Amino acid sequence: MTTTDAPAPTPAPAPAPAETLLDVSGVTMRFGGLTAVNNVSLTVGRGEIIGLIGPNGAGKTTFFNCLTGLYVPTEGTVTYQGTVLPPKPHLVTQAGIARTFQNIRLFANMTVLENVQVGRHSRMHQGLLSAVLRGPGYRRSEQESRDRAMELLEFTGLAGKAEHLARNLPYGEQRKLEIARALASDPGLLLLDEPTAGMNPQETRAAEELVFAIRDRGVSVLVIEHDMRFIFNLCDRTAVLVQGQKIVEGDRETVQNDERVITAYLGAPLEGTAPVTETDQ
Amino acid sequence: MTTSTTETTPVIALPGRTAALLTGLGAAATAGSALMPWTWTSEYPGDLTFYGSPAGLQWLALTAGLVTLVLLLATQGVPGLRWAAPRRSSNAVLLAAAGAVAVGWFSVISIATDLGGLAHLEPGGWVLAAGSLLALAGSLGLPLDRRTAVPLRILDRRLFLLVPIAPVVWFATHAVPEDKPVAPVLTALAGGLAIATGGVLLVQLGHAANSWLRLGTVNRPLPAPRALPSWVEVALIVVAFAIGLFAITFGIDTEYGELFTGYLLLAASVVASLGRSGLLPRLRALTVKYQTVTTGAAFAAAASFPFTQTSDQYTSVATNILIFATVALGLNIVVGLAGLLDLGYVAFLGVGAYSAALVSGSPASPIHVQFPFWGAVLTGAVVSMVFGVVIGAPTLRLRGDYLAIVTLGFGEIFRITMLNLNGTTGPKITNGSNGIPRIPDLEILGWNLGKPTTIFGFELGRFSNYYLLMLLVTAVVVLVFARVGNSRIGRAWVAIREDETAAEAMGINGFRLKLLAFALGACLAGLAGTVQAHVSYTVTPDQYTFAEALPPNSAFLLAAVILGGMGTISGPLAGATLLFLIPKKLEFLADYQLLAFGIALIVLMRVRPEGLIPNRRRQLEFHEADADIPAQATGDTVALSKAGA
Ligand SMILES: Nc1ncnc2c1ncn2[C@@H]1O[C@H](COP(=O)(O)OP(=O)(O)O)[C@@H](O)[C@H]1O
Ligand SMILES: [Mg+2]
Repeated sequence: MTTTDAPAPTPAPAPAPAETLLDVSGVTMRFGGLTAVNNVSLTVGRGEIIGLIGPNGAGKTTFFNCLTGLYVPTEGTVTYQGTVLPPKPHLVTQAGIARTFQNIRLFANMTVLENVQVGRHSRMHQGLLSAVLRGPGYRRSEQESRDRAMELLEFTGLAGKAEHLARNLPYGEQRKLEIARALASDPGLLLLDEPTAGMNPQETRAAEELVFAIRDRGVSVLVIEHDMRFIFNLCDRTAVLVQGQKIVEGDRETVQNDERVITAYLGAPLEGTAPVTETDQ
Repeated sequence: MTTSTTETTPVIALPGRTAALLTGLGAAATAGSALMPWTWTSEYPGDLTFYGSPAGLQWLALTAGLVTLVLLLATQGVPGLRWAAPRRSSNAVLLAAAGAVAVGWFSVISIATDLGGLAHLEPGGWVLAAGSLLALAGSLGLPLDRRTAVPLRILDRRLFLLVPIAPVVWFATHAVPEDKPVAPVLTALAGGLAIATGGVLLVQLGHAANSWLRLGTVNRPLPAPRALPSWVEVALIVVAFAIGLFAITFGIDTEYGELFTGYLLLAASVVASLGRSGLLPRLRALTVKYQTVTTGAAFAAAASFPFTQTSDQYTSVATNILIFATVALGLNIVVGLAGLLDLGYVAFLGVGAYSAALVSGSPASPIHVQFPFWGAVLTGAVVSMVFGVVIGAPTLRLRGDYLAIVTLGFGEIFRITMLNLNGTTGPKITNGSNGIPRIPDLEILGWNLGKPTTIFGFELGRFSNYYLLMLLVTAVVVLVFARVGNSRIGRAWVAIREDETAAEAMGINGFRLKLLAFALGACLAGLAGTVQAHVSYTVTPDQYTFAEALPPNSAFLLAAVILGGMGTISGPLAGATLLFLIPKKLEFLADYQLLAFGIALIVLMRVRPEGLIPNRRRQLEFHEADADIPAQATGDTVALSKAGA
């Protein structure tokens, strides 16, 4: 193993004993006879960036779906800031967990701005009647929603395309829009499902910076990725999921040196996928 | 500007300015033919026998010729007319000329078939036919926006087997004596095969024409309009709505089917050509700029309709159009915004109408009360909304097609229940199929809508009064649609329609919002129903069926929304108007109504799936214009570097 000799751009060290934000304990998800997620536990602290890797079909997306209420886990509980989350997606978002999807799921026929404004839904309270009457309170809240959405578009670099239809954006920008939309719900924790899938190296670099910037806004991040370099540059800790089971969790070295990861996940020595040269800028 | 796959070339190469000259000549001849007699007897409706005095179809030919001529001159850059074609696309001229041919040839053929032979045509008719064809041929020689290559599509070869089979079956039908039991089967088969063969050949012909014409769109950005003082712009909007009012009034007032068919042909081609020429997009930009003025002008135009009428004959049609259109707009909240397929929507109109009828003081109502107007409206809307919630609550939790099935069932259950609450098969509430008759006219603040009223010296009949009341209801529904559609709730609906899973993940309570859409839709339909009960004197169960030859029914309501454009305000209003007028005016279609309707829907979905007035058009056009700015094209990398900031 020669992966450690070059001083890798280690991520800003997380505040040491981070307050636990998300506590997943013993989550199991079975589809009939198939156990897609098997007794997985994981914690995410405030301000942390945690990685989740594993081969295709390992159950990563299913795990996310269990966290966000899209699936009701067969066993196990998900606790966010001390309260057990109900398995209802909108309540999970309300509680403060937002997510993106592996296959981009934007509202294709809405404008970029509207997409982000939809993300703010759970933080606004204007109902049907106030929409019809359009009182001052309504107008203030609309203005605030638009301002917040524009600020997030600014943040993700999409402000110039606010009035475009989401479906007309290039692929990379659609991914960014999904992140902006998720951030609009003022989450404490952001779940990213393969945010760099289909991106070129340049775009991947930018996505890395974006994730750091998100953390700097005080949002913890749990990210699924295939790109090892991306994950190791980014994450404070990384968990490895293989066939639904978490086989190891730890920092870069722990994961890279773990025999089971090498055999089960990579099926080949690690140098092949994460050589030293890739850790440069 | 031009992409590699489009070009601007003529279809028929003609030397120099010949093409423009021919087009102009043809257009002028088409227009001029209106001043000559087309036929010698007054038997053809409209009496087209005079020199210098156009009537009926002749007005349409005159318009078609003039529009073609103006567009031609505008695209040729004639000063003073350039406003008519800011995009300078000759395709607009071609579309207008095609409209002239459609109107002209339809008129000539219809005269010849109605009166029995070409001998009944006067020179005017010949000038019309030749002139319009000349205009079309000439416009094919203009520089048109075309695709560089369109491969000829051949339909599945097996379909062409129909061509020999159909005549064989046809002969077999005639060979078999009529009293044989197979005879009717063969007749039906022969008819079906004839239609299918015709369809196949027509579609193939269409493909062939398409690969020959290769018409396409070149991205021509709309040049910025000349800066005008705002009062001029407002005046332009007012003029446009006045013209619109005139055109719609003309359509509603057409007295015979031939004129209405010609009117539809002309309207379609004028709208298409002005859209292509860039005039309509410019107008649209103006209406976006002055939204309040536009809304005001639209309602003022609609409200002045009764004042253009001398009898109640067409105001009753207009009132029913308004009812139909308003309900379609309510359905558009459910279908267009929230994406919920409701196949029994007309039942909510029925719930509203029955509720209003029961509290109207009708002697046939078992409840002997007479609510004031406001009370009746509230009753209808609230009862309808309650039904909406009751139907929606158990079904909206499910995804997919369940809702469509349940609402379809609900629509029928409502009708059958109303039939059965007749005193013999159930409690005596609705008088079964006789319905609740003799619903008294409304009285609002001492204004009895049943009696003629005089406003500004115009005498308005009963239907005019109800028309104005209904317009108020329409305005309420438009207001609700516009305001809610563009709010937190409306955005959530559209998000659910686009992707319910993603919407839920964004914190939207899908069930609650869908129920809200459903209840609001039901409430607005109920509101329209209360007025409808009074307009039509009687409510009967068979007014509220799923599908029937005449609107309003659930199938037509849905068709109005889809045809007009989902998620827009003007779409369903336009769609409903068309779907109401076509069966009303084209009575000769009566037997083939549903067939024609089905074919029309299929064709429309094939060529224009987004509906007549598509949603988000404004934005798309907006982007068409700024797609050329290089900063936008490379925005990708610019944005990326910002991302980390
Ligand atoms: N709704 C479902 N029903 C049945 N099987 C599922 C469902 N969702 C996921 N799976 C199965 O669970 C396994 C894990 O899938 P997934 O979580 O998508 O993997 P990953 O995201 O790690 O590539 C796969 O075998 C997949 O087929
Ligand atoms: Mg996955």
